[in-house]
Amino acid sequence: MTPSPPPGRYGRWRDQAIALGWLIAVWNLLWGEVTWGNLVGGTLVGAAVLLFFPLPPVSFGGRLRPTALLVLAGTFVVELVSASVHVAAIAVRPGFRPRGAIIGVRLRVRSDLNLALTAELLSLVPGTLIVQVDRDAGVLYVHVLDVRVPQDLTGSRDRVLAVEERIVRAIGSDAELRLLSTDPADRRSET
Amino acid sequence: MNTGTVLDWLGAVALVAGALLSLVAGIGVLRFPDVLDRMHAATKPQVLGVLLLLVGLALRLRTPTDLGMILLVGVFQLATAPVAAQMIGRAAYRSGRVDRDLLDVDELADPGR
Repeated sequence: MTPSPPPGRYGRWRDQAIALGWLIAVWNLLWGEVTWGNLVGGTLVGAAVLLFFPLPPVSFGGRLRPTALLVLAGTFVVELVSASVHVAAIAVRPGFRPRGAIIGVRLRVRSDLNLALTAELLSLVPGTLIVQVDRDAGVLYVHVLDVRVPQDLTGSRDRVLAVEERIVRAIGSDAELRLLSTDPADRRSET
Repeated sequence: MNTGTVLDWLGAVALVAGALLSLVAGIGVLRFPDVLDRMHAATKPQVLGVLLLLVGLALRLRTPTDLGMILLVGVFQLATAPVAAQMIGRAAYRSGRVDRDLLDVDELADPGR
């Protein structure tokens, strides 16, 4: 994986502050109202959570692009609906046993954040489900539902990379964006 | 017809659609031959079903407190369902409970392809 530059003291504090802000927001939403008591309580609980359950740092090095974020969200909703219809149709078709496959797809941007987000979204778009993540190699192993012809596998591979591309376009840094146009030579098994 | 009635009707439609999708997800989990196939049913129609139910609830309830809670449920549903499915699928794969006859290609078992 590409080693990201070690986050400085400022970056680490910024990540923690964002996490704390999110936890305070969740706490207030759970109580259903924003009061001074809830803000203080949320700060205490959030600080305790961050202190006692530390997570490996996932730093956000990119920048948000509103248009690309809208594209990402819009496409996601459309794909979630079509994925649901697809699975639902298979589920109720009598006497149909779907064939499956597991394929490995090498992502172009190997940051932890990108791997995690792509893996999450993949399970909610048509035909794909994440089975295994090879973090060091940046490879996602994906189960494909309803394979009929070998071309379906190529289609799924392209769909995985399309999801990755939309994510990077929405939140990636400029350097990561440039990586998208370079097609890795060692892309696994062109079926 | 005032806005409240329209919202109520939209909410009702969303509730019924969400319930139907959840039902289909259940049928899928029951009928699919394999753990990995079942996880497809447990993620996509299930998540959309829950989201539609939440939208229906939001349209019917329309109070800020409930909307905040509904938003939280939706966010956590989206964030956790794929993770749970991945953990189950991975555990099933590693313990050999995946029916390999149903797989056309398996690059995880045979990375050299």
